[in-house]
Amino acid sequence: MNDQRNTTEIVQASIKRRYAKEKRFRLYGLIAIISSLAFLAMLITTITIRGLPAFTQNFIQLDITLDQKTLGLGDEPDISALRKANYNGTIKNSLLAEFPDVTKRKDKKLLYKLVSKGGQYDLQKKVMADPELIGESMTVWLPVGDDVHTYLKGDVDITLPEKKRRFKDIQVGWIDSLQENGQIAKRFNKTFFESGDSREPELAGIRGALFGSMLTLVVTLALSFPVAVAAALYLEEFAPKNRWTDLIEVNINNLAAVPSIVFGLLGLAVFINFFHLPRSAPLVGGLVLSLMTLPTIIISSRAALKSVPPSIRDAALGLGASNLQVVFHHVLPLAMPGILTGTIIGMAQALGETAPLLMIGMVAFIVDVPTAITDPATVLPVQIFQWADLPEKGFVEKTSAAIMVLLAFLIVMNALAVYLRKKFERKW
Amino acid sequence: MNDSSTEADTEKLVSMNIDQDIPHEQTVEEIVASLGDTVGQTRVDNPKMSCTDVNVFYADKQAIFGVDLDIADNEVISMIGPSGCGKSTLLRCLNRMNDTIPICKVTGDLTLDGENIYGKNTDPVLLRARVGMVFQKPNPFPKSIYENVAYGPRLHGLSRNKADLDDIVVTSLKKAGIYNEVKDRLDQPGTGLSGGQQQRLCIARTIACSPEVILMDEPCSALDPIATAKIEELIDELRENYSIAIVTHSMQQAARVSQRTAYFHLGKLVEVGGTDDIFTNPKHELTENYITGRFG
Repeated sequence: MNDQRNTTEIVQASIKRRYAKEKRFRLYGLIAIISSLAFLAMLITTITIRGLPAFTQNFIQLDITLDQKTLGLGDEPDISALRKANYNGTIKNSLLAEFPDVTKRKDKKLLYKLVSKGGQYDLQKKVMADPELIGESMTVWLPVGDDVHTYLKGDVDITLPEKKRRFKDIQVGWIDSLQENGQIAKRFNKTFFESGDSREPELAGIRGALFGSMLTLVVTLALSFPVAVAAALYLEEFAPKNRWTDLIEVNINNLAAVPSIVFGLLGLAVFINFFHLPRSAPLVGGLVLSLMTLPTIIISSRAALKSVPPSIRDAALGLGASNLQVVFHHVLPLAMPGILTGTIIGMAQALGETAPLLMIGMVAFIVDVPTAITDPATVLPVQIFQWADLPEKGFVEKTSAAIMVLLAFLIVMNALAVYLRKKFERKW
Repeated sequence: MNDSSTEADTEKLVSMNIDQDIPHEQTVEEIVASLGDTVGQTRVDNPKMSCTDVNVFYADKQAIFGVDLDIADNEVISMIGPSGCGKSTLLRCLNRMNDTIPICKVTGDLTLDGENIYGKNTDPVLLRARVGMVFQKPNPFPKSIYENVAYGPRLHGLSRNKADLDDIVVTSLKKAGIYNEVKDRLDQPGTGLSGGQQQRLCIARTIACSPEVILMDEPCSALDPIATAKIEELIDELRENYSIAIVTHSMQQAARVSQRTAYFHLGKLVEVGGTDDIFTNPKHELTENYITGRFG
């Protein structure tokens, strides 16, 4: 009895410490989660605040007269003449009409900067769609130049001496008077989603990089998924276990840890220099990223295959299924959720990869939106990298907006994977 | 159900034959040699399957030593013995499930209807369609009840059309005595059934391939007594149409369901005979010790 009481006392003494330990541990965990959430929130808020202005664009309302003389068109202009016509001249005329007291050459130059260079393309599009407009007067909304956009956003410090800023006092006056007349409006920035890269911040769009990323990922998925799953199936289900398969396994594990730029060098040497595939093309990008993604998918696929209960294999074998039937009727469907998880991790990695693509020329300045896997293209992370590098203030918000697009792309991709996984998931 | 146990079972099959409790001085080979010849009648008049001088090796370790045994038409033969005695191993030889273990090697003659099942011309896939197997742990596919039963016939093309297949499924479920319990939910997952129902579903699945022999590897070890009683009843009914070999750890079960009983010890077939004889009048000392519960 005496002994027993001693035991109880000893246990009771330690029990307090044990509970305290558990409490402490839980607290650490909570702190870890809260701090990581805080970092995440900080990141997303910063990017959103910085990037949001890029989704809107300011427009100036102008009365434009499309007279033949200024446009430099004859009586019966053909398409190429319409394309080459001097739309810029009409915009300049209209600006001068708006502010008739501007006469100095220097001031005129500043005045012309109010409207983006993209304005003439808008006019060109309109006229080419409907040549009847020539000779008419009309009221149009044209995008503002990037300096005006920056000013309207409130990013220009007008207390600075005029010499130290790009946006001059006289311009501030013009914009303010336009604003008073209701000739300036803020609208959704369609250009950002409809055009490719540009040297002018207000004309630069994400579409080229977005399509480049999509095409590259399609190539990556089409190559790496079947190859990786087939490799995993063979290694896990059919290959004999010997020194060769061990060697292959070790090498696959090592490949997963190779720095991605090495794959870029390989792609440059093999795909471009040896096979002469086009430079900067999503095809080559996809090939290089497949090489990088393969080990990831193979490793996770093998783990998924391994986790299929052997009793299911026994059951199917016992009913007279061949090895191939066992694998394709039972093992593979049961392993599919795991394989898809691995695939999505690999694809997310591929989506965010920059370094290997720099090596194969996907860093070039490409204005056109790619439509095929052999078109020159760039991808979202490279686009972000390029824009982050540019000096114009307008690109700061573009960079953040591009990051938002990249994150949205990633979320859509993950959501799709989660949906597929749920669909394939079965209980046993 | 997370099923890692069958893998463990396979490992057990291997390991228990390798690291047995061996009395200090003697090796397994010496003990086996000391056991002498099999006591009782190993041969029957109408053998369905027959083993002659079967030896099984896992790598260098021998798991089964020169077993001669017949399985007759329409009989239930039970295989009993202490853990690691090789009864499951022998059972798995009978439909070549041991082929999946790369280090396993089988020598000797095993025949089905006089045809060597390890011969060059024998296809393991065809063999397994003729010799079905029910496992220790119920292992229905994670599919509907209907799909579970229809899988075998579909695999072997046993049905000409949908109606045919429906017919096979219903007949098999009826034969396995589970039809009334599941007829309203054939489209629901087989894994949602209770353990006993799952095992009967597995038996239905095996029957659906219309095998000639059914091998059962401790089919009731994961079940409660009521489910066990149902399965035993079922085994008795199935005897009319099939030959059945059942491995069991329960001597009462062996006594209840089988006509003949084979007692294994350390990979050697020690004694075989009519179930009544074995249990009332065992001839070998080891058999007597085992069935009277003195060891094992």
